[in-house]
Amino acid sequence: MFSIEVESLTKKFGSFTAVNSITFTVKSGEIFGFLGANGAGKTTAMRMLCGLSRPTSGQASVAGFDVYRQAEEIKQRIGYMSQKFSLYADLTVLENIEFYGGIYGLTRGEIKDRGEELIERLDLRGEEEIMVAELPLGWKQKLAFSIAIMHRPSIVFLDEPTGGVDPLTRRQFWELIYEAAATGITIFVTTHYMDEAEYCDRVAIMVDGNIRALDAPEKLKRDMGLATMERVFYSLAREATRGD
Amino acid sequence: MRKMRYILRKEFKQIFRDPAILRLIFIMPAIQLLILPFAADYEIQNVNIGIVDHDRSTYARELVRKIEFSNYFNLTGYSNSQKEAMQWIEDDVVDLFIEIPADFEATLIREDEATLLMAVNATNGTKGNLGAAYANNIIGEFNRHVRSEWVQWPAFNPEPQIEVVHSQWYNVHSNYQRFMVPGILAVLLTMVGGFLSALNIVKEKEIGTIEQLNVSPIRKHQFILGKLIPFWLLGFVVLTIGLAISYFVHGIVPEANIGVLYVFGGVYLFAILGFGLMISNFTDTQQQAMMVAFFFMLIFILMSGLYTPIESMPSWAQIVAWINPVTYIVDATRIVLLKGGTFTDIRFHFLVITLGGLVLNTLAVWSYRKQT
Repeated sequence: MFSIEVESLTKKFGSFTAVNSITFTVKSGEIFGFLGANGAGKTTAMRMLCGLSRPTSGQASVAGFDVYRQAEEIKQRIGYMSQKFSLYADLTVLENIEFYGGIYGLTRGEIKDRGEELIERLDLRGEEEIMVAELPLGWKQKLAFSIAIMHRPSIVFLDEPTGGVDPLTRRQFWELIYEAAATGITIFVTTHYMDEAEYCDRVAIMVDGNIRALDAPEKLKRDMGLATMERVFYSLAREATRGD
Repeated sequence: MRKMRYILRKEFKQIFRDPAILRLIFIMPAIQLLILPFAADYEIQNVNIGIVDHDRSTYARELVRKIEFSNYFNLTGYSNSQKEAMQWIEDDVVDLFIEIPADFEATLIREDEATLLMAVNATNGTKGNLGAAYANNIIGEFNRHVRSEWVQWPAFNPEPQIEVVHSQWYNVHSNYQRFMVPGILAVLLTMVGGFLSALNIVKEKEIGTIEQLNVSPIRKHQFILGKLIPFWLLGFVVLTIGLAISYFVHGIVPEANIGVLYVFGGVYLFAILGFGLMISNFTDTQQQAMMVAFFFMLIFILMSGLYTPIESMPSWAQIVAWINPVTYIVDATRIVLLKGGTFTDIRFHFLVITLGGLVLNTLAVWSYRKQT
């Protein structure tokens, strides 16, 4: 059973091809990493799958729904967390939980229960009433992730979720990802931290809008005869002709 | 509908936590309605006048005295050299000067008429022209006064004169505040409705939270209603504050049922909110939105009949003015507050603004994209 099926998906901005006919599938419950240098097209690809950007051509289905015709059905079943901070800084922790729970149609009881659970898990007890603006970045990111999966989506899209976060917090963040994956949520994550690539079940490496490699990290390393994902990434990304 | 409740709750919380918005909503109407009507005044006083008196006769002195003691002029220069007077105009010391020729009194007595020269600095056209008109009036009065001294009543008057007595309806004392306050009130509604809402939406774009909403199952109309309803209600708050200030400070007692104004205000806010939404759809940052809003605000205000009558604009400008939504609310507010107009009197305004509101909002909703 596939969570995401993509075939020849392409996005052009005028004459610039940001994503060039990519094809891949993501299995349910998988942690799927999307790697690439800045400008490689990974965010654009993800935005098409989330329904934020309309593909120029190609096919894609997310959670069994077509990205062209059923964008609204997809939206009910996915979670999304972008590199731009996505919570409201001028609302409190609890108010953010209530708002996002509310717009995904959770009942008052569900919001209360899941909110409690979330606060407990993130160790935010006693901090519910403070403005999100006052939380340290790492906590904000963990909170944003937890809120993004509060409505129990079948897939969660994470766009460079750990950008600018210290290694310890990144570690904790990945523990949250593993916990979520254990409950059956498919994780689709873009990153350019190569140690994070090692945590994924499978990774796709994008170079200049194309997928240049797609497999389990162990297999990629073995096939290319390289010791780390970092080396694998460099040997592929070196060929890139476009940068920032 | 449950979603709507969560959305509205969030919007209201954010508005009431934003000190800038609160200040705008409560302080802006107060400042504008308390200060502007007194300052922005057409009644020109303190026109600086110079006199070049070559005659220095009794009549000349009497004329100068009449001018000096009118309420309109400051006598800032008195000389007997025209050259010096031109220099005054050059240096902006006077707005106009009157030159009394050397044989003024003698000619007046001998030939029953005399000539005066008036030179006006038209850099500030309004001031110069009105100053000249006032001076003409005073001279005319002086003229009648002179004649009445000479002519023995009931002697035959060779030149019958028509004197016009006028009375001003709806603003009996020609009080400029009565004219300005309703207009400023209309502009305030426009700013709150159109521009605060635009800024608010663009702010979500700027901080990036709009992405998060666009991937959520919130529908387009829910997001838009969530943004517009709070500002629609705030518009009524501003209207109420404004009417209270007009009543308590400017003594403007509404001549008609104020409910008509509230209903019209509601329709107008609906239209102008659509306009704000349009601005937000085509801008990405608050700064851009501000610039666009400012551009339109200037046109809206200057071409709305708030300061200058639309009828005296060139015909192309009249077309612009009748497309301008502010024109309708300025006019409607004046009709209701000053003339005691009822629904029937502003039904045309209602019609135009309702249609305009539907068009603007349809365009705005249509151009709002959850997707790029």
